[in-house]
Amino acid sequence: MSEVMQKMRAPLLPGVVALALSTAYLIALLAAEKQALIIGLLAFAVVAVLAAHYLGWLNLVSRSFADQEDVLGIYAILAACVVAAFFHDNHFVLLLFVTVLLYTVATLGLNIQFGYAGVLNFAGASFFGIGAYTSAVLSTYTAVPHLLVLLIGGMLAALIGSLLLVPVLRTRGHYAALVTIAFALLLKTFLEVNNVLGGPQGMQVKGMSILGWSFNDNFEIGKIEMSFYLNYFVVSMLLLTGTFVLVRRLERSWIGLNLDALRLDEIAASCFGLDIARWKITAFLLGNFLIGIAGALFGMVGGFVAPNNYTFADSLIMVSILLLGGIGNPWGLVVATFIVVVVPEKLQTIQEYRILLFALIVIMMLLFRPEGLLPRPVRRYFPGWRA
Amino acid sequence: MTYLLEARGLTRKFGGVVALDNLDLAVVPNEIIGLIGPNGSGKTTFFNVVTGIYGAHGGSVTFDGADITRASSPAVYHAGISRTFQRSRLSLPLSIFDNIMIGNHKRLNQGLWFNLIRRGEFKREFEVNYSAARTLVEVFEPQLAERMFEPVGGLPMIHRRRIEICRALINQPKLLLLDEPSAGMTHDETKELMDDILQVRDLNRNLTIIIVEHEMGVIERITERCVVLNFGRKIAEGPYRQVAVDRQVQEAYLGVE
Ligand SMILES: Nc1ncnc2c1ncn2[C@@H]1O[C@H](COP(=O)(O)OP(=O)(O)O)[C@@H](O)[C@H]1O
Ligand SMILES: [Mg+2]
Repeated sequence: MSEVMQKMRAPLLPGVVALALSTAYLIALLAAEKQALIIGLLAFAVVAVLAAHYLGWLNLVSRSFADQEDVLGIYAILAACVVAAFFHDNHFVLLLFVTVLLYTVATLGLNIQFGYAGVLNFAGASFFGIGAYTSAVLSTYTAVPHLLVLLIGGMLAALIGSLLLVPVLRTRGHYAALVTIAFALLLKTFLEVNNVLGGPQGMQVKGMSILGWSFNDNFEIGKIEMSFYLNYFVVSMLLLTGTFVLVRRLERSWIGLNLDALRLDEIAASCFGLDIARWKITAFLLGNFLIGIAGALFGMVGGFVAPNNYTFADSLIMVSILLLGGIGNPWGLVVATFIVVVVPEKLQTIQEYRILLFALIVIMMLLFRPEGLLPRPVRRYFPGWRA
Repeated sequence: MTYLLEARGLTRKFGGVVALDNLDLAVVPNEIIGLIGPNGSGKTTFFNVVTGIYGAHGGSVTFDGADITRASSPAVYHAGISRTFQRSRLSLPLSIFDNIMIGNHKRLNQGLWFNLIRRGEFKREFEVNYSAARTLVEVFEPQLAERMFEPVGGLPMIHRRRIEICRALINQPKLLLLDEPSAGMTHDETKELMDDILQVRDLNRNLTIIIVEHEMGVIERITERCVVLNFGRKIAEGPYRQVAVDRQVQEAYLGVE
C-alpha cells in the first residue's frame, strides 16, 4: 500500500536538480565581484527562469517540492551549509547570508499575519527593532543567557504589539494597516528621544555567547581559519528551520484553515463557530513573536542598533518580499528574500535606488503576477498524502 | 408542545424598512418547514437574525430550550444551527475539503499543541474527517468526491451549492437553514438536489430544516408546513396546499396591496 502511494508521489529529481543549480548559482553570484559579471549573472537568471517556465520545468519543480517537501527541506539545509562552507572565511558574504536567513524568519512571521490571517502589518521592521533593542539592553545591563534573550526579544515584540490589538481588531482593512504605520513612526520617535536606549546614535550589542563559546571570535577547524559569522550562520539556520517547520505545520492544520477562513469571509467563518478575535490575536502575536526573535538575533549579529535601522521603509521592504515571493508560500519567501536582500548588496549601482526599485517590483507583481513568483498551492495537510 | 426553534414577536428594521415585523414562528423537531414570500419579504433577514449576524430590535428567539436572541454567530453555531447563504459564501481559493471542514469547526480539535506538535494524532483526526467529508460529498455528487483537494473557485455554480450544503451538514446540526439552495439550477438539478438533501435527512433523523425556496414544486414536495411572509409579517401558515389557495398569499405574490 505504502509502495503504491510512493509511486504516486511526484518524483524527487526535479527538486534536487533545481536545488543543486540554485546553490551553484548562488555561490557564483555571491563570489562575483565585477559589476559586469554580476549584471550578466542576474540577466542569465532571469532568462533561465523564464525559459524553465515556458518549458514547463518550473511546474515539475513545484510539484516535486509539493510532494517531497520533507526530503527536499533537508537537502535545502545541506545546500545552505555548502554555501556557508564555501565562504567560510568571508565576513561580508556570511553576514549577507545570515541577514537573508533572519529576514526570512521575519517575513515568515509577517506571512502568518498577512498571508494567512489577512492582517496587514506595516510595522514589521519595528518589531524586528524591538527584538534587536532587547538584545542591546539585556546584553549591556544584564547577564541573561543569550538564548533566553532571543526568547525575551520575541515575547517583548509580541507584548508591545498587543498594544495594537484593539485597533487591529476593531478597524477593518486599510485602517488597521494605517494604525501599524502610525505605530512604526511612533516607535522610531520614541527610540530617538530616549536616552537610556542611546537616542538617535543607538547602542552597541554584545556578541552572542553560549556556554562560554563566544560567537564573535574567529575559530579554526583543523588548520583552516573560519569567520566568526559562521557561528551566527548555524544559529540562524536553526532558527529558520524551526520557524519554517512551525509555519508549515500551522498552515497544514485546522489553525491554518481557521486563518484562511477568517481572511476570506469573516461572516461565513463566524457562522461556523470561528472566534474571529481569538484567531486574529493568535496570528498577530505569533507573527510578531517570530519577527522579534529574528530581530534579537540580528541585533547580536550586527553588534549595533539604531532607530534608523528599523524604519517604515524597511517594513515596506519586508512587505514587498511577501508580495514578490508569493503570499502564503514559505518557499517563495526564501527565494524572494534572497533576491531583495542580496541583489542590491551586490549591485552597487542600484543601491541608491533600491526603494524605487522595490516599488517598481511590487507594482509589476501586482499588475502581472499578483500571486507572486511561487504562488501558494492548495493546502495539502500531509505532503504526498493520498486517500 | 416543545419547539426546537421559537421566534416570538421578532422585529428587525433597516432604517425605515421593517424587514421583520413582530414575527412569530415555531418549528417542531424533525419537521421540514418552507419559508416563502415575495422578494424582500424578510426571509433572509430572519435567517440572519437567528444566526446572530444582525441583532433583533424586538422579540426573542429560543432554540433547544435556550434563549439565543442576543447570541453571537459562533454561539448559535455551537448550539446546533447551520446554514447556507442565498449568495454563495464559499472560500473560493480553498479546496472542497477545506470548505467543508470550515463547517466542521466544532468537531475539530482547535488546540495549538494538538495542531502543531501532535502531528500523529492530528493525522488520525484528519483522516477520520476526510472520510466523513468524502462520504457526505458522495451523496450529492460522486464525481466531486474524487476532487476533494481542488479549489472550489474552479467549479461550476451547481457544485458550489452542493458543497455549501455539505459544509452546513458535516457537523450534524440539529437545525439546518437553507436559503434558496437551488438558485441558478435547472428544474432537474433542483429535483436531484432536494432528493440528496432528503437522503441525508434519512441518515440523520434528528435533522430539522427550514428552507427558503422560490420553486413551489419543491416546497410542495418536501415541506410539511409553510410559513408565508410579506413585508416582514406572517400572512399565512399551514400545509402548502392550504396556503397556496389563501387569498392573502395570492395577493402578496401578485403584488396587490
Ligand atoms: N443589510 C441590510 N441593509 C439594509 N436593508 C436590508 C438589509 N438586509 C435586508 N434589508 C432589507 O430588508 C428587507 C427584507 O430583505 P430580505 O430579508 O433579504 O428579503 P428576502 O430574503 O425575503 O428576499 C428588504 O427590504 C431589504 O432591502
Ligand atoms: Mg433572500
